[in-house]
Amino acid sequence: MGNDTVDSGLSRTVLYDLHVELGGKMVPFAGYEMPVQYPQGIMKEHLHTREQAGLFDVSHMGQVKLMGEGRAAALETLVPVDVIGLGANRQRYGLFTNDAGGIRDDLMITNAGDHLFVVVNAACKEQDIAHMRESIGDRCEVQALDDRALLAIQGPAAGAVMARIAPDTRNMVFMDAASVEVAGIPCFVARSGYTGEDGFEISVPEDRAAELAHTLLHQPEVKPIGLGARDSLRLEAGLCLYGHDIDTDTSPVEGSLLWAMQKVRRPGGERAGGFPGADVVARHLAEGVARKRVGLLPQTRVPVREGAELVDGEGTTVGRVTSGGFGPTIGGPVAMGYVPSELAAVGTELQAMVRGKPQPAVVAKTPFVPQRYYRG
Amino acid sequence: MSVMKFTKDHEWVRLEGDGTGTVGITDYAQEQLGELVYVELPEIDAEVEQGVEAGVIESVKAAGDLKSPVTGSVVEVNEALADEPGKINEDPLGEGWVFKVKLAEVSGADDLMDQAEYDEYVEEQG
Repeated sequence: MGNDTVDSGLSRTVLYDLHVELGGKMVPFAGYEMPVQYPQGIMKEHLHTREQAGLFDVSHMGQVKLMGEGRAAALETLVPVDVIGLGANRQRYGLFTNDAGGIRDDLMITNAGDHLFVVVNAACKEQDIAHMRESIGDRCEVQALDDRALLAIQGPAAGAVMARIAPDTRNMVFMDAASVEVAGIPCFVARSGYTGEDGFEISVPEDRAAELAHTLLHQPEVKPIGLGARDSLRLEAGLCLYGHDIDTDTSPVEGSLLWAMQKVRRPGGERAGGFPGADVVARHLAEGVARKRVGLLPQTRVPVREGAELVDGEGTTVGRVTSGGFGPTIGGPVAMGYVPSELAAVGTELQAMVRGKPQPAVVAKTPFVPQRYYRG
Repeated sequence: MSVMKFTKDHEWVRLEGDGTGTVGITDYAQEQLGELVYVELPEIDAEVEQGVEAGVIESVKAAGDLKSPVTGSVVEVNEALADEPGKINEDPLGEGWVFKVKLAEVSGADDLMDQAEYDEYVEEQG
């Protein structure tokens, strides 16, 4: 996290030199200089990840440790998620909500046994940490892990690669987490990621991150992957990009993220409510919402990108695309966006306006590509 | 004899010597854009103006304008790019041409860079 800040005001992860050495094209992202792509290019990087394995530097994300007896109950006051019921060495997706039921950030929550390990988005990490300290700092210790890097290895060969250099990961299944040695380096590993593929996220001490990255890159299946392919991979997997597909103005119900809210935290559940905006979310659940996030499959080759207006058969603007682009695995454009609930059924035909021209797009089921998580 | 000329926006035009010019983007441009996934071609007979958007070129990353390097009217477009926009990546100065124009009387071609000037310009871009 912390890392060097250069003259540009941008921070660098501990792997900056490696990215440059690998020919990464560095661009500003969430306050960091990050590789958007390497010489092989976004398309090949994307396809390589789906076919073999890709290595991603996600050290710009915030890693936080919550310690103390009441940590799980405390975190439940900020997220509509079952944290208390999260088993040891298990991980789950979560959302920080605000008082209006909107989403402040999305995060990964892991029960690491004697503490909770939380990973938040780079762009939100300062405010998330401040939010946790302010709201639950009296109930648990909120410790920002500034001395750790985060690497992700994703793709169908990730399991074999990790089994080779970290045999202890062999029996882990999707969303399992464990403290294990990876290539002799003590790491905290979760079998998850954000590409729709099997894979691992590896929290590693910063001073050994380059060594770990080199070891991973020496595996024949592994190539470095930049942010460009990370975005097209998560889009094809139907996963939200915070600040685009979900934000402070979208509730978990509008964002079609109800699956992230376990029954125990929903109205009628044993620990219903008790998080910011719970009343709004309960109302959205009971009465339904006016608009919803859906997948969209444009029917021509024209990429439909973020910001494109969605219009109905009468030419009335009914919604907006929040993420969109070319899906290399699909071999065509893919998108997601918000539409009125009555137009959210799979198969609904809409038009997306691109440079003033309507392009047909159909509401589609996500993920656009099959999830290939390893469930044992 | 044909002559290649270049713009600061990394388009090229090959002046064929018969009052027409063939237009495309340079190798530097295709490399900067990355793999192309869609090309919006101008219409036949469309009037194009030097420095003004005549088409759109989209990579995985983003959409970019294709500005016409010269003023004139479109006489032919490279239909093959509709299905294979990657031709621009593979052969930007050849099979990846985008459209052909009949040059206007004042086409602006004289204001463009020649090969040596363009090479120097690209060098400066780093």
